[in-house]
This record gives sequence, C-alpha cells and structure tokens, in this order.
Amino acid sequence: MTGPRTLFEKIWAPHVVDEGPGGMSLLYIDRLLMHDGAVHTFDRLRRAGRAVRRPEAIAATADHYVPTSAGGIADPAIRSMVTEMDRHTRELGIPYFGPGDARQGIVHVMGPEQGFTLPGITLVCGDSHTATHGAFGCLAFGIGASELEHVLATSCLWQKKPRAMRIRVDGPRPPGVAAKDVILSVIARISAAGGTGHVIEYAGSTIAAMSMDERMTVCNMSIEAGARAGMVAPDETTYAFLAGRAFAPTGARWEEATAFWRTLPGDEGAVFDAEVAVDAATLAPTVTWGTSPQEALPITGRIPDPADAPDPARRAAVERMLAYMGLAANTPLTAIKVDRVFVGSCTNSRLEDLRAAAAVVRGRRTVVPAWAVPGSGLVKRAAEAEGLDRVFREAGFEWREPGCSMCVGMNGDTGRPGERVASTSNRNFEGRQGKGVRTHLMSPAMAAAAAVTGRLTDVRSLVAEGG
Amino acid sequence: MDAFTTLTAAAVPLDAPNVDTDRIIPARFLHKPRGPEFGRLLFHDLRYDEDGRERADFVLNQPAFREARILVAADNFGCGSSREHAVWSLAAYGIRAVIAPSFGDIFFNNCFKVGVLPVVLPAATVAGLRRQLHAMPGAPVTVDLEAQVVVGPDGARTSFAVDPFRREGLLRGQDEMALTLEREPAIAAFERRRAAEAPWLAR
Repeated sequence: MTGPRTLFEKIWAPHVVDEGPGGMSLLYIDRLLMHDGAVHTFDRLRRAGRAVRRPEAIAATADHYVPTSAGGIADPAIRSMVTEMDRHTRELGIPYFGPGDARQGIVHVMGPEQGFTLPGITLVCGDSHTATHGAFGCLAFGIGASELEHVLATSCLWQKKPRAMRIRVDGPRPPGVAAKDVILSVIARISAAGGTGHVIEYAGSTIAAMSMDERMTVCNMSIEAGARAGMVAPDETTYAFLAGRAFAPTGARWEEATAFWRTLPGDEGAVFDAEVAVDAATLAPTVTWGTSPQEALPITGRIPDPADAPDPARRAAVERMLAYMGLAANTPLTAIKVDRVFVGSCTNSRLEDLRAAAAVVRGRRTVVPAWAVPGSGLVKRAAEAEGLDRVFREAGFEWREPGCSMCVGMNGDTGRPGERVASTSNRNFEGRQGKGVRTHLMSPAMAAAAAVTGRLTDVRSLVAEGG
Repeated sequence: MDAFTTLTAAAVPLDAPNVDTDRIIPARFLHKPRGPEFGRLLFHDLRYDEDGRERADFVLNQPAFREARILVAADNFGCGSSREHAVWSLAAYGIRAVIAPSFGDIFFNNCFKVGVLPVVLPAATVAGLRRQLHAMPGAPVTVDLEAQVVVGPDGARTSFAVDPFRREGLLRGQDEMALTLEREPAIAAFERRRAAEAPWLAR
C-alpha cells in the first residue's frame, strides 16, 4: 500500500474514525488522564446533561492544587478543587488517586508509573505537558477545557493532522550533560515556536541510550518548542519499564501487545516534514537566562547584550527580559546569585532526577532555601527506601509531599517578588513561579549545585572537586 | 458559542513575541469557573500594579485602546499552558479576533471553541499593522471571516487561510459536539474493531 511510514503516521492513521471537511479528522482517543484542574469541566458536562462515555478509559489524580507540606488546604476555593475531584470521579466510576493514596502524584508521573501510558495509543490530558507520555511511543498531547469535555462525552477529538519533525541526537553525552540539557539545547536551537504545528520524534543514539525517566524529560518539554506532542520509538527500554505495572497488560495480552509495539518504530526511509540533527558532543550543562525556554545557554556563557540583537524587535525583547530578570548584559552566568532552589515538576521529579540532585548535595550544605518535591507518592517512597530523603534533609533541603508545587504555584507554593529561583521545572515565564519571580531552568544536578553554592554553577566543577 | 462573521473595531497592538498564556491569565485565577469576571483578569499582572491600580504604560490601559475588540500580536502568541481561561479572558474582555504571525497550537485550537478567531498573517504584514496602530491609536481594523480578509487602517486588504471546518463552526456559532454525536454509529463501529485489534487495551 503506502511507502515507508513514520512512528507518528503508524499511530495516527489507525485512530481516524472519520474524515471531516477541510482535512479535519475525527481522532479516537484511547486514554484520558485527568487532574484536579478539570473539576469545572465535570460541572459543565453535567449541566449539559452529558454522560462520560468511557469511564474505564480514564485515570485521575490531584496534583495542581494539593499542598506539598503537611496539613490541609487553608483556602476553601482551592480545597474544593481537590474534594470535588474526589466526588466527581467517585460518582462517575473513574479510577482516582487522591491525597493519602501512595499512587497520587503529578499526572505525568502517575500515568507512566501505573502503566496507564502505553505505546501505540492516543492519550490526552487537559495539560500542555501531556507530551511527556510520548516517551513511550504513543501520541499524547495537551488539550483545553472544551476539548476535554468533548473527549469525556465522545472519546474522540476533531484534529488537523500535524506535520512530522524528527530531531536526531547522536553520540555519547559528555559528563554532566543530562536529558534536561539536551532538550533545553534543542529548544534554544529551534526556538519556542520551532515545533509549532508539528509532532516531534526524538531519535538517534543519544535518545536510544536514555532511560525512560530521561526520555520523559525530553518529551515533556516539546510544548516549550511549540510542538503539542513529542515521541520516542518504543524499544526494549520501554517494555522493561512497563512490564508488571498496574494498568499494563499481562500474560498472553502482554505478548500480543509487545508483538504489536515492535511494529511501531518508523520505517527506514520514512520522510519527515522537517529534520534537525544535534551532535551530543557539542552539548554542555545549560541554564535559561530569559523569560522563554528558548533563552538557554551553556553555563560557561554570558548574558546576551541587546546591542548584539539582529533587529530592533529582538533588541526590545532582550531588554524586556533582562529588565524582568534583573540581569545586566555580559554578566557571566556563574556570577548570578540565586535566592532559592526547586527540584521537582513533571519535567524532573522522578526517581532518577532525585538521585542526580542527591548525588550533588550529598555531604554538602545548601546556602539558600531549597525544596525537593517528589513526583508521586511512589517516587517518594522509592527515594526514601534509598535514603535520598536523608541526603536532602541533611544538606538542608526541605523534603516535601508530591505535587506540581512551585512549577505552577497554583497551590500557593510560590516565590516572593524579585526572588531568583534555580528550578528544574519547564517554564521561566514572567510570573510563572509567583508574581515577579525570576526563574532559571536547569537540570536536577545543576539545581542541586546552585543550592550548595548560592549561584548558578557548573556542576562539573563540583563533581571534579569532590573527586 | 457566539458566532463570528465580520468585525470592524478598534485594534490594540501588542509587540512582544512569545506572549504565553500565563501572562494572558496568571495561574492563581484558574480555579475560578468561567464567567464574566475573566475580562478583568485578562493580562492581569501587566494591567495592574501591586495595589491593583492600572499601569498607565500597559497598552490596554491607554484610552484609545480600552475598547479594542481586535488584538494584533507578535510571534507565538498564546504559547505555553493549555489553559482555555486565556481565551475566556480575551472573550470576556471583548476581544473577538487575534491577528499574529504564529500562535501556540493549543491556544489556537481553544480559540475556535470559544468563538474567538485567530488569524495568521505574514510577519511583515502583522508588524505593519502594529506600526499603523501605534501611529493612529484607536484606528479600526476589519476581520471578515466570510471573505477571509483583514483590512488594515490604511485600507490594505490581506486574505488569510482558515480551515473550512472551523470557519463553518465560527460562522454558525456552533460547537463540534453535535457534529461528533451524529457520528456515534461510526464511533461504536470503530471501538468494536479496535477492541479486536488491540485487546490489551481492554480494562
């Protein structure tokens, strides 16, 4: 029939229920993940008198509004987001992992952890970081409230077929270069709009060598490059991660599933609409300096000078960012002092992320307030079993309860105006971590390094020092 | 959803690229259910200072732009978070069309669900429109969805592309739910086939 197909095409085509006018497709959605931000959508659905079409295709948790410290939620409006989530899911028969359940966590940590996320499926969630799940070789993307209501009622979405982009990263990663550095470097290169209208497939030997936690970090930030979805072809690493997880198939079903999953990787010679190649050897630990994730530089660099901007619009944008960030042109990045550190978020709150941060802080002391917020109750438990909580606490970190926390600040975990935060989250937007808060994005190891020195720091210098 | 056919109104220029949905509406307001108060929350932290007073230097607070119904923005407008609240706040304020060289994908989709028309025009055209609006504050722009054309303050006409499916929905003010529900037999048939082909997804 057709010629060689990409991974994306192999997932897209079998999910088209019907073609609408003008190239819109009615796409079937296999699975839906929900979080506590979706409460009002349940209300609207009910007011419209519509039923949830397939409660069994949904899993839900609470992450955006949950407190990450002990004790309840003081604000009744915020508290009701969590209690209402509990009520709606209970009444509708939707599996829900709420506060007090060890499986509760950031929705993009919980889904893969439970084996709810599987290769070859379509998966959506009312959150732009749904791209995370593409690490398993599925088509996963974020949607708005109206689309969420539509999926709840019909298990389908009208979609325009995106274009396919391949980003190949090849070669061994130099020491100190984490998955976060790979994706920040990619975004810096293709820009915050570089992936708009595309699904990105990450390929190449560097990606193939990554663990699932690392692939999730990469796919997670696809939206920061403008792409609604990012994906990695499933392989033995994927299957080894999924085997035995709660929602994953078992026995004969597992055999059938893996046999099918092995057919998913793109065919030799499949054509992409856009291609980008990155040599991993050129990468270094990376931090952002501005208010868009594309404003990322190797830690050895300096703050850009607006005078060097290629045009007046860019000059104005750089000046505005420097003003918001409280930074002067040409300052070495390693001279920038930070006020606090956040290790967490759907980008970097998994066990390997916590291990990477703990390895840097072990035997050292933080000099600024620092938080470690595990991605789920199960991540927290696993980290504690390895003693990572002690490492963090002994270094002066706060070891907190799972949730989105300071990545989005909707639960009240925010910085103070003017505070500068070294953060493992995904967005350095104005006001993202609180009004007037200045965010520098980086890997867990780099954030840990900033915590123990009080400034942006090349983690390689600490590791060398420590032998 | 309100229909959108054609609109001639004052347009407001917003020059910054990469205006994310956090800036359009900060996260701390997202627990509120959709309502008219979202108009006041639009660009909240850009519009108001710490004490809740209007910042005179923000473009929407300038007299000529207060009644704007069209926003002319820069590259990658609406990037970031999927919050539909960003479109709700634009619509509640009265902005019914946004013109930009490019949009965040999720924001772009959300616009059509709320009855706000996102129009993609070439970067040079959009920059030209913004320049005219700065030079002639309060000057009108026309966005005609039927004819698929934007008319600038100088009378220059630029046609734009829009998916026929989405155009039809906006012109009629009709959301997609009814259209999908009509296809229930096709969805049910698809599900039977899928259950046979991918039995490991059954739960």
